[in-house]
Amino acid sequence: MEKEKHTRRSFLNKLWLVLGGLAFAEIIAVTFTYFKPRKPEISPEAGNSVIVAGPVENFEPGTVSAFVRGKFYLARLEDGGFLAMSRRCTHLSCTVPWVSSENKFICPCHSSEFDIRGEVANPPAPRALDLYHVEIQNNVLKVDTGKLKKRSVFAADQVTYPKKT
Amino acid sequence: MSIFQRIHLSVFPGKRNTKHGNSERPKIFRSFLLHFRPSAIPEKTLRLSLTWGLGSIAAVLVFLLFSTGLMLKFAYEASPDGAYNSIVYLINQIPFGRLLRNIHRWSANGLIFVVFLHFLRVFYTSAFTAPRQFNWVIGLCLFCAVIFSNFTGYLLPWDQLAYWAITISTSMLDYIPAVGTGLKEWILGGTEPGPRTLMNFYAIHTAILPALLLFFIPFHFWRIRKAKGLVIPRSPGEEPETEEKMADAMPHLITRDVALALIVIATILIIAMFFNAPLADQANPGLSPNPTKAPWYFMGIQEMLMHFHPVFALLVIPVLIVVGLLLIPYFNYEANTAGIWFCSVKGRKLSLISAVVAVVLTVAAVLLDEFFISANMDGPANLINNGLLPFGLALAICIGFFLLMKKGFAATNNETIQAIFTLLITAFVVLTIIGIWFRGPGMQLMWAT
Repeated sequence: MEKEKHTRRSFLNKLWLVLGGLAFAEIIAVTFTYFKPRKPEISPEAGNSVIVAGPVENFEPGTVSAFVRGKFYLARLEDGGFLAMSRRCTHLSCTVPWVSSENKFICPCHSSEFDIRGEVANPPAPRALDLYHVEIQNNVLKVDTGKLKKRSVFAADQVTYPKKT
Repeated sequence: MSIFQRIHLSVFPGKRNTKHGNSERPKIFRSFLLHFRPSAIPEKTLRLSLTWGLGSIAAVLVFLLFSTGLMLKFAYEASPDGAYNSIVYLINQIPFGRLLRNIHRWSANGLIFVVFLHFLRVFYTSAFTAPRQFNWVIGLCLFCAVIFSNFTGYLLPWDQLAYWAITISTSMLDYIPAVGTGLKEWILGGTEPGPRTLMNFYAIHTAILPALLLFFIPFHFWRIRKAKGLVIPRSPGEEPETEEKMADAMPHLITRDVALALIVIATILIIAMFFNAPLADQANPGLSPNPTKAPWYFMGIQEMLMHFHPVFALLVIPVLIVVGLLLIPYFNYEANTAGIWFCSVKGRKLSLISAVVAVVLTVAAVLLDEFFISANMDGPANLINNGLLPFGLALAICIGFFLLMKKGFAATNNETIQAIFTLLITAFVVLTIIGIWFRGPGMQLMWAT
């Protein structure tokens, strides 16, 4: 009896099943690849994600300036150091405005608050505001908006200082 | 036979009117019209106090949505630059364009509301028990399809309201471990809402979800037929009858359906004439309006986000709720309560107690968190303080309540599950109400906005 199970017919039936399964898997794979998020088309800006923010003297210590084109904030801390932060709230991606009267970023969506260093001052935000890389060349600030750096809390080594002259 | 008669006969085959009478006519008519309706139904299920016509109202609203949606498709342009202007043009230039959009909008909102009530009705009359168990599951699928239809439709006008509601709703997915961010970027077609998001949402809204609805709605109806009609209403203590008195669907059911449909259409028309569907300024990714709120049917979840860590508000709690809902028909029930409102006389009392307890506890918890706990807490939200602790507390309340029902009130499984369901649903409704009406600028609690 055991032998009769392995007939040519049962083999072909299994083959059909396997081939059908393979074909199905292929279709699923093709569908997923088709729907995979694509890289945005290269725009002139995309090639050069570095934004020149301006000379260091333009920014008073203890102030925050918004850069609409690069979608970031440039904060100059009281001690003269710079931080470039994404304007997106780390909670649910709302655009966080800088409220200078309160000296805080206050999110309108779920009332998360961040201090000038991007550190969470009031939940529900789970992380400090994301960072962009800042470079100071010849006393001119440049912010690379190409790459976002996530951080959980503020740390001193995130700040970029201008060279003492 | 004249050519007209021959054509008529080809459309309606079967016996033609003869001297012997036109007895075949109604049957032909029935076979056409009653694909979804049986020709006879148990007389008691006609009672308004059983169904409140909610399923039929939902079907009428879906019909309105399909017909107005098809027409809107001709006026709409699915691109960030064109979408908003095409809506403005539709409203201001196209004859009846504004009315059409209003009908679509209010039918969609009405549908969520009606479907939710329908879901409550089915639950509280124990209409999910055998042989209707799987129809409960189909119903939940339809509920999801309706929510997602509303959600995807919300983005299409590409105004501030739409843009930010979609931004925060999709960002919620980021908090699902491992797959969340990928899923978000898949839906958005990028990292933030853009042209591809609009195309995705448009395709889902106008093709995929309607197709799903067209599949699931007839399936839902067909299962009612398979179960020999709706659940038969009875009073507590009344035994189910072995032989039900039947009534002809024509005219008893059909006339009711038609009357109800006319009332629904008239109501929607009146609302659509006097209340315009909202349209804010064109979407501006640089400016979140204050306050930014999710669509109203997501306000319960948004309110939960104010109090729970997102992993709990968006993943743990919703998954538990969905699994619980799917399992409702498959729990072990001691008594057959099908058709009895709230299971029993005791069930009514316990449901009322649960609802009152839920209102008091939810309001108290929100106020406590707002003014004492969150106010005294600095630093980022973390899984323990904002997640595990409040979640554990909520879970403990549910378990305590379960034990109270079981031990304190000696309730049956039917009544206990009903009490827990009532507790959770009421809490969710209260959260939704707080979110919609009691959250002002900066999402601060305030008296009625």
